Amino acid sequence: MTKIEFWQGNTACAEGALAAGCQFFAGYPITPSTEVAEHIAAKLPKRNGVFVQMEDEIASMAAIIGASWTGARAMTSTSGPGFSLMMENIGFAAMTETPCVIVNVQRGGPSTGQPTMAAQGDMMQCRFGSHGDYSIIALAPATVQEMYELTAKSFNLADQYRVPVFLMADEIVGHMRERITLPDKIEQVPRRELEKGVLPFHPNENLIPGFATFGKGHGVHVTGLTHDERGYPCTTNPNVHAHLVKRLVDKIENARTAIADYDVINPDAEKVFVSYGAPVRTVQQVLHDRNTEDIGFLRLRTIWPFAEDALKKFKNVREFLVPELNMGQIAREIERHVNVPVISLPKLGGDLHLPEELEAALVVNR
Amino acid sequence: MTYEDWFRKDRLPHIYCAGCGNGTIINCTLAAIDQMNWNKDETVFISGIGCSSRAPGYIVTDSLHTTHGRALAFATGVKLANPKLNVVIFTGDGDLAAIGGNHFIHACRRNIDITVICMNNQIYGMTGGQGSPTTPKGCFSTTTPYGSAESPFDLCELAIAAGANYVARWTSYHVKELEKAVKVGLETPGFSFIEAMTQCPTNFGRRNKFKEVLDQVEALKTHALLKAKRDRMIEQGENIPDDFFIIGELIRRNRPAMGVKT
Amino acid sequence: MRHEIRFSGFGGQGIILSAVILGRAAVMYDNKFAVQTQVYGPEARGGASMSALIIDDDPILFPKVTNPDIFMIMSQEGFEKYGANAPESAVMVLDSSLVHSRPKCTYYEIPATQEAKQTLGRDIVANIVMLGALITATKIVGEPALEKAILDSVPKGTEALNTKAMKKGIELAAQSGSKNP
Repeated sequence: MTKIEFWQGNTACAEGALAAGCQFFAGYPITPSTEVAEHIAAKLPKRNGVFVQMEDEIASMAAIIGASWTGARAMTSTSGPGFSLMMENIGFAAMTETPCVIVNVQRGGPSTGQPTMAAQGDMMQCRFGSHGDYSIIALAPATVQEMYELTAKSFNLADQYRVPVFLMADEIVGHMRERITLPDKIEQVPRRELEKGVLPFHPNENLIPGFATFGKGHGVHVTGLTHDERGYPCTTNPNVHAHLVKRLVDKIENARTAIADYDVINPDAEKVFVSYGAPVRTVQQVLHDRNTEDIGFLRLRTIWPFAEDALKKFKNVREFLVPELNMGQIAREIERHVNVPVISLPKLGGDLHLPEELEAALVVNR
Repeated sequence: MTYEDWFRKDRLPHIYCAGCGNGTIINCTLAAIDQMNWNKDETVFISGIGCSSRAPGYIVTDSLHTTHGRALAFATGVKLANPKLNVVIFTGDGDLAAIGGNHFIHACRRNIDITVICMNNQIYGMTGGQGSPTTPKGCFSTTTPYGSAESPFDLCELAIAAGANYVARWTSYHVKELEKAVKVGLETPGFSFIEAMTQCPTNFGRRNKFKEVLDQVEALKTHALLKAKRDRMIEQGENIPDDFFIIGELIRRNRPAMGVKT
Repeated sequence: MRHEIRFSGFGGQGIILSAVILGRAAVMYDNKFAVQTQVYGPEARGGASMSALIIDDDPILFPKVTNPDIFMIMSQEGFEKYGANAPESAVMVLDSSLVHSRPKCTYYEIPATQEAKQTLGRDIVANIVMLGALITATKIVGEPALEKAILDSVPKGTEALNTKAMKKGIELAAQSGSKNP
């Protein structure tokens, strides 16, 4: 039987993680994500899981990677300043192909910025924030329902692709309470264990190696150094490095269609909104109030890898309008893929775009 | 079984310089571990960055070679998520006390059930000989070309103050004592910290008037003062020279620990 | 039909809890949709406390309250900051023991804090008195729904007191009736 709840977004995120079988959470208090940690701190020990409050976000990220190598589904949650600290070990997770989930309830930045106000300013940081080339997966929830569902989905993607997965929420979605319908069961797609006799970093046809869980007799060496398929450091052979880094990128980018999660609304429209996270709600309101099919909407749930194919579903498009709570981070990504004008509609300060603001953007004659 | 069975033979020879003390410390550690009847499949070595931190790569068990200074934070995740695993950390003075200083004191405070072997060569060896938080006052390095002006950390005192259950210090000269201390550390529930003072002929010795490897080993030996003797000297009001350091078991206690196998 | 409700008072009165309880009543027991938001941060600790709630029969798209049509005001400062500009078409339930001004819209004078203290013996339940009055004035949720949501949300051992407080609010609103400016 499905169950209705009236939950805060951060609560739904924590519950989604628990439903997905999260067994380990390490974190550090930071507004506006703290409720995720608080909720998990109360619930996880009762399910034989581990909650630990670390000394900082660097350590939190390190601890979930360590826990993940024991086979646990592991997660942390944070916001801007903590996210910046996590970048070092996010790169380590990417390099060592460690499944883990990082929730970022975004607030206004840079620096300490606006702790209690919403933003989407970390969308590029989650993609490129650690040094070197790599790829990750990032999802963006627009409802409390999606805080639950996309958190749970993040664990499956992390295990399937052996990659850090980011739930890029924002203060609006994280803090608001709304109606949520809980599914009966969350499907868990388990991590593929390394087969005996196969090298620990030898990939399958999807470019993903089996996972050599600690304690299972694999005798695996895991290092952030460039390594060969044995896992052994090999730092001066250009081919080994190029091969490894290309695979880390390709295993995600080649799967972009499979990972993509979006809705296409009114595909014949000439003016098309593209949106993700809280601004989705304003776009939905505008479309609902107009009650016509003349405005298109691409609603993204997967942000990275970017679903460029989705843009091509709008055959008659003359311009894309991109409301974001930042200075146009994803608008710039869209520009890379299309030959029509991309109108960035940035909103800074913490408030959501008002429906009338987007209405006004539609009638501007360009 | 001997300690040699713990080596990942297809990774040898190692990268350590001729005369480096790290090999001695790894041998002492593995000799102690070999007496524990531990299952290799349930033992994990973890390290950060630096010469010391290459050690897990030469050991046949599961091993995690992490980011600079963060080994203890990674180890906290491994040990709490699966307390059945025996977790041993190799680290160095720069890794542990500089960039990893915060993780060090908090791992001691949590008294998490892991054993940490710190190879203290008083220098950043891997990057070519820069001063570290344990470089003695007046000693030379590439970043202290006029002699270090800063006071060094006493890592053992730090570990004791922060709450570790077991703390000992020996040197690469005191191999039997070191092996025994590591074994006691492995046996003691909670956070065990064993500091092994060691020579770095390439980057410390040659800048600090130790012409031969053995000169530095000899200096470690002659400047090491047994805790019992130190206590006696204090009792008798004798002066302890500034350049001496204390060796021996410095604390062994039973504070509540985290991540202990049940 | 979308209704936007603004709650204001001072810290400690349970302003945010009031919005959460009413939202919960709508969602869990009246099968409606609701979105609750509030002001976070140090500003929320002193001065005027504020929370907002949207209740609708259909899923709620834009989640922020911009044109509230229902007000529950429990302090003079809250009135000045969040209630003074209420449009004429709105309905306001105000705690007449604490709010001295009166709005330009239809309003209900409910001496909630005074009643909570004197009749019920605990001023902490003044917000529940106000909720009882609010649903009587607006019919935004049914009484059984509100009662269940209150019982879900209050500490164990205080159920009877809170139910009594709600009923007191219903009674007060029915007795006083609405006033117009």
